[in-house]
Amino acid sequence: MTADMTANKQMVDGTASPSTLLSIQDLRVDFRMGKQNGVVQRAQAVGREGRGISFDVPANTTVALVGESGSGKSVTAMSVLNLLPDNAERHGQVLWRGKNLLQATRPELLALRGREIACVFQDPMTSLNPVFTVGNQLVESLRKHLGMSGRVALEKAESLLHEVGMPEPKRRLGAYPHELSGGQQQRVMMAMALACEPKLLIADEPTTALDVTIQRQVLELIATLQQKHHMSVLFISHDLGVVGEIADHVVVMRHGELREKGPVARIFSAPQDQYTQALLACRPSLEGNPARLMVIDDHIAQQGRDAATAAAALADPAATAAAPANGQTERPPTVKVAKPKDPSAPVVLSVTALHKSFWIKKGIFSKREFKAVQDVNFQLRRGHTLGVVGESGSGKTTMGLTLVRLYEPTSGEVIFDGKNLHTLSERERQAVRRRIQIVFQNPYASLNPRFTIGETLVEPMTIHKIGQDLAEREARARAMLAKVGLDGRAFGKYPHEFSGGQRQRIAIARCLTLEPEVLVLDEAVSALDVSVQAQVLNLLKDLQDELGLAYVFISHDLAVVRFISDEVLVMQDGVVVEQADTQTILVAPRQDYTKRLLSAVPRGWRPEAA
Amino acid sequence: MPPVSGAAAGADERSEGVWHAAWSRFKKDRVGMVCLVIVVAFLLLISLSAMGLVAKNWQTEVGLPNAPPTFMGPAPKQTVTAIAVPTGPNVDISAIDPLAPRYAEWAEKAKQYSTTEAKRADTLPFGGDRLGRDVLAKAIKGTEISVFVGVAAALVATLIGTLLGAASGFFGGKVGDFLEWLYNVFEAIPGILLIFAFAAVLGRGIDTVVIILGLTGWTGIYRQVRAEFMKHRSREYVRAAEAIGASISSRMFRHILPNISHVILVRMGLLVVGFIKAEVILSYLALGVSIDQVSWGTMLSEAQAELILGHWWQLAAATAFMAVFVTAFSLMADALRDALDPKLRGLE
Repeated sequence: MTADMTANKQMVDGTASPSTLLSIQDLRVDFRMGKQNGVVQRAQAVGREGRGISFDVPANTTVALVGESGSGKSVTAMSVLNLLPDNAERHGQVLWRGKNLLQATRPELLALRGREIACVFQDPMTSLNPVFTVGNQLVESLRKHLGMSGRVALEKAESLLHEVGMPEPKRRLGAYPHELSGGQQQRVMMAMALACEPKLLIADEPTTALDVTIQRQVLELIATLQQKHHMSVLFISHDLGVVGEIADHVVVMRHGELREKGPVARIFSAPQDQYTQALLACRPSLEGNPARLMVIDDHIAQQGRDAATAAAALADPAATAAAPANGQTERPPTVKVAKPKDPSAPVVLSVTALHKSFWIKKGIFSKREFKAVQDVNFQLRRGHTLGVVGESGSGKTTMGLTLVRLYEPTSGEVIFDGKNLHTLSERERQAVRRRIQIVFQNPYASLNPRFTIGETLVEPMTIHKIGQDLAEREARARAMLAKVGLDGRAFGKYPHEFSGGQRQRIAIARCLTLEPEVLVLDEAVSALDVSVQAQVLNLLKDLQDELGLAYVFISHDLAVVRFISDEVLVMQDGVVVEQADTQTILVAPRQDYTKRLLSAVPRGWRPEAA
Repeated sequence: MPPVSGAAAGADERSEGVWHAAWSRFKKDRVGMVCLVIVVAFLLLISLSAMGLVAKNWQTEVGLPNAPPTFMGPAPKQTVTAIAVPTGPNVDISAIDPLAPRYAEWAEKAKQYSTTEAKRADTLPFGGDRLGRDVLAKAIKGTEISVFVGVAAALVATLIGTLLGAASGFFGGKVGDFLEWLYNVFEAIPGILLIFAFAAVLGRGIDTVVIILGLTGWTGIYRQVRAEFMKHRSREYVRAAEAIGASISSRMFRHILPNISHVILVRMGLLVVGFIKAEVILSYLALGVSIDQVSWGTMLSEAQAELILGHWWQLAAATAFMAVFVTAFSLMADALRDALDPKLRGLE
């Protein structure tokens, strides 16, 4: 690598780090998708219309690659070490200390992998081999790469585990991956990646599968290790909040194109690109509570309108007087205050001392009780939202499924409309079932792939004999599609033709066909991209205003819960540890656990933190 | 929320479903298409033969015993080496023969009838068997029976396996335990022994062969369907169906079954092939179809004795028909599997 070239790049970037470790120049990645009429079909994963993406990773810095799903961020990172599937075609240059890795031979790449460039992936459970102990797997890589003898490697493995903050490292060496928690597994992965003191660590969504509190620990660990080992980190994430806390430089990607790159402070304080601005705007935050969230298209459209208004004002000063008023009404109502909730609305759902236990087999004859949910009490009023927050394993989903009777409660009362759901007959239960509906987390799994959208929407009405005949049911289904913002053409299509956000709308529409009064939303927006999440959250708020629905909103994301809830339950290990209205929980949490949860929420880049 | 204009009934094009997509993928598979054509041709032949348009008179002895195929020419006339007929007058035993007085009367009666010895062909297109029946006609008729047995038995086995597998996988618990026990009992007995046991009890005939094969062959498909149901039972779309109040049978057969139908279909294709071969073995061992019927198995069984005398054509005909059909059918099932599960295809 030539020194002046690096200097040039840094001039462009406006930074002053000593040397560039990895330089990606005009990278394009296509996937061959089989032949059609003898012509090879290609899908462009990275780069559009012959233009590739370029960015640098300087030494001793953290560069974050941000984008929504399908933006090509992971493909970009994986193409560095050629960890892509065989049908990928790479063009352009990936310069590792001046050497083009796209032309590197297999042995050369093998020598780089693990030694100089190490990777940590999203799901630690699937990254570790379940049949070997953690120690085994660590020692193996140490012996292979560093040629250590067994005993030295074992000692090194122990010190590595100690370094990544694993409690009792010596004992953990003999543990199998399933004996460790998700955070501990990710620590083992980090230890493995660090074993050969790499110059660059590629971390592909390393915290996405983890709980907020664990995410916080892993992020801190990555930051500490980066400092200590003077390595660079290429951090891939969809979450700007996380990125703002850890990165020095940010590269924003969308649809395989590079939208913006620059130092983190500039990206967060003065984003240039409309998409970046929209991404920053559409995330619900812990501060401020808008009635609606910005969605990306709104934001971009509004920018266009603002520009047009400005232009009009320049051209015709007389029109300016009318313009602001117009702009105000047309704008997505970010400034609209939340509609006040009626505190005396009738109670639709009242839960008293709800318990749910599972029996775990122990040995052949004995079994052990596992209390998944203990003593949950709440009242839900019409048009109100109850947020349920907790980490994985806290029993919040079990609680939700018990409410809609997908699980039988062990004890306790669920009073809906004056009737105890627990003691209803099968026929009465069917009638009540219609009025309490549930939306699941994963929109890709909750729609039957062999049903058209029309069939999916008509089925519940057929079961509950809503509407006279098929024609009327279909008409209602179409009306529901319109209500959730999809057009009638969706009626004959299959779920796989829709994006995640659209599928979640369809799932919501399916629930609405039954005219429910209570909707249990089990992590309903957790699997969606931020921008889509904003759309679905807005939709949910609109529907609540319009139809007076009551929501039980289960989520691990406090910012989302804050946006939509009136009251919050905080659950830990099946027990409700704190229960109060949203403001109280956020401003003055009483329990340590709640405080920990709150402090773990990534807040993005803040000037005072920098 | 964008305004909705397309809600009119006219804007209702139904998208390409899973089966359509699979068919368009299947069409691109050249081997699969060729095999499909072969299988369809066989099915046509079978339906023609079932309607009695082809090979109706397979039992008539149209040729000389063991007539060779036409292209080989007639068999050389064999010199008759019987005992020489003695010359001289017959010994008169009418004195002691009680029937002697009636011989003249019978001779008179016999004159009223005329017998014509049908001209037997020297050669037949694909040769003749030991009774002089046309091997080609036999092979066609045999195809009808063998394929019918294979398909019918596969249907029976699939039905049993799917129903039990669905119940076991969906309900689990006591039901699942019982069905697993049943499965283990069937699996624990060597397959051929089980078939013999059923055959010995039920006797011969097409229907018994179908029942035997169906009753013994469901275990593999049961196991697979059970696993699929266990997997799908807790999927969110099934949970969602439960939440909207769908009944158990609706969840089992309207929601889950279409989603695993490709597994069943492919498995059934393999069963057809397996059962055709099993029928051949059964018939070969004289436990299969009854003696007045013909199948590939009975042909092979007859061929054993003929082969020693050098009459190879019956063996060749049965083998060729079976090999072509079975190969085409398995390759077609393979192509079908690829078409239904695009993830398995290698990317070219």
